[in-house]
Amino acid sequence: MARINMVQALNMALGSEMKRDDRVVILGEDVGRDGGVFRVTEGFQEQFGSERVIDTPISESAIVGMAIGMAAYGLLPVAEIQFLGFSYAAFDQLFVHAARLRSRSRSRYNCPMVVRTPYGGGIKAPELHEESSEAFFCHMPGIKVVVPSGPYTAKGLLLAAIRDPDPVLFLEPTRLYRLIKEEVPDGEYTIPLGKARVVREGGDLTVIAWGSMLERVMKAVERYNAEVIDLLTLNPFDAVAVLASVKKTGRVVIVHEAPRTCGFGAEIAATVAEQGIMDLRAPILRVTAPDVPVPLSKLFDYYIPSIEQITAAIDEVLRY
Amino acid sequence: METRLRATLPDHELLRLYEQMVMSREFEESCAEQYTKGHITGFLHLYSGQEAVAVGATAGLHVDDYILSAYREHAQAIVRGADPRRVMAELFGKATGICKGKGGSMHLFDPNLNFMGGYAIVGGQLPIAVGLAFSAKYRREDRLAACFFGDGAVNQGTFHESLNWARLWELPVLFICENNFYGIGTEVHRSSALASIHKRTCGYDIPSEKVDGMDVIAVYRAVKHAAERVRETSLPYFIEATTYRFRGHSMADPAKYRSAAEHEVWKARDPIPALAKRLIEEEITDAGHLEGILGNCRTVVQEAVKFAEESPWPEDEEVYNDIYV
Repeated sequence: MARINMVQALNMALGSEMKRDDRVVILGEDVGRDGGVFRVTEGFQEQFGSERVIDTPISESAIVGMAIGMAAYGLLPVAEIQFLGFSYAAFDQLFVHAARLRSRSRSRYNCPMVVRTPYGGGIKAPELHEESSEAFFCHMPGIKVVVPSGPYTAKGLLLAAIRDPDPVLFLEPTRLYRLIKEEVPDGEYTIPLGKARVVREGGDLTVIAWGSMLERVMKAVERYNAEVIDLLTLNPFDAVAVLASVKKTGRVVIVHEAPRTCGFGAEIAATVAEQGIMDLRAPILRVTAPDVPVPLSKLFDYYIPSIEQITAAIDEVLRY
Repeated sequence: METRLRATLPDHELLRLYEQMVMSREFEESCAEQYTKGHITGFLHLYSGQEAVAVGATAGLHVDDYILSAYREHAQAIVRGADPRRVMAELFGKATGICKGKGGSMHLFDPNLNFMGGYAIVGGQLPIAVGLAFSAKYRREDRLAACFFGDGAVNQGTFHESLNWARLWELPVLFICENNFYGIGTEVHRSSALASIHKRTCGYDIPSEKVDGMDVIAVYRAVKHAAERVRETSLPYFIEATTYRFRGHSMADPAKYRSAAEHEVWKARDPIPALAKRLIEEEITDAGHLEGILGNCRTVVQEAVKFAEESPWPEDEEVYNDIYV
């Protein structure tokens, strides 16, 4: 057990899985000699060789497409896209092929691949380097979308993602890469995909978040009797856990750093409205970014949901 | 071929090329300092070392010609005529920036200068350049689209799609590949099956040439000649300018993947002292005058920093503007 940050936890997970299973290969831009732009794959090319840790051309579409082919024929590729905003060039391969290989082949093929990518704000670069567009990918039946919220969940979820038989988009909150340290076991452990975790129990309301917003939510709820759910997997998301908590508290606040319209919060709100409306005592509130591209520096502080906005939403639902 | 400078351009034009290169360098080195101080945030990709390409190429184009570039584009914008003060303010994220301080380093835009943008997505600008050229031809206008991109862009699908379209529809596009030999840390020969990039255009029947991108006069000549040809024929043309960035990919990149020896070879070919030497040798000017140019550029850059520092931040509500009409 060691106190490590998320970059180290991801590095540990990838390294141990590379050792355990020689079908695991890593590919992406500058993942090899340079160790990745955020240094997640540091040292791997020396350790495992350039056949297993592959520096690719700048060709996001081919990175994902190659990974699909590898996955369909016996390998377990872990592709890295440098920033989530760069994955749009690979949208076709993800949506049209990775997500549908199992369905299209009627399960005669599957696609056990992982696409890792940093997402979200916090490094003070605008738009394409800070995108939080997870909802696009949740709209792709056949792709699992997984978002760790710290070093511990990062390791356990990444191991589960690599071992999962279907394609997983693994979104790493950029802001948290080196921000927090946690105790992380040295040995292998997995956190099941599709399961949320209750990170704080409470009776007055349920706050639902994921990724980098969780850290902010935990600060915001300090003086409330709030239950906090970390979704961990967005697609398929753990509706059972959400509904169970709503049954207990009757109030819901959803927090995400993505823009509001068609953000994943809308899906959660709709599910609660459909299946849990009789448990609700207050309207479901969302605290989100506005419907605009991520702006630069100072305006980013206005753009991203603040602790004050979160507590204002909590106060609002508690009025009922 | 006549190689004396005066055979290419009159004295004042030669000195302007020198001044623009110095301005670009001083601006970028100042940006590095402001980044270190935390005034510029995010990712900052500096142009130091590559000045001869933007300066020589821009001089070879008409002001009506469109220019598009990637994310190492501050110098491209300034050489095209953008006010250094407003470019610096943009990098600071201030309201007086040329994009209202909302886009920063990688997303400069100034349609008044026909500067149609910096693009953060590698290869993203190429199809847009082809579309601009299509529109110019459709409107019977005498303008071309000059599209700058790096060696890293040539393996994106958009590169191949754009070259094919430009040739298929006989569009006035001048493709200018700034080959600095590295896509972040990956050398061209580790990312491209055919590392001699200008040869790749044969698949699209687009004529091409390679030019020394550390020689501003060579770049000027090549681009001027190519632009005339594109205008006359309404066919695309392709230039590969070999060059070198003196800094890492971005300020976050220590560039450990390049050897000191390699760096030294290229530093010895720095386009700014190279032109200075020729200007003096050919008695176009003297060292004192060039010192004066450097001093003036430093003053302009200092003023740009001061302007950026003193400018206001954008109002919060500014985020909602410019999404829809």
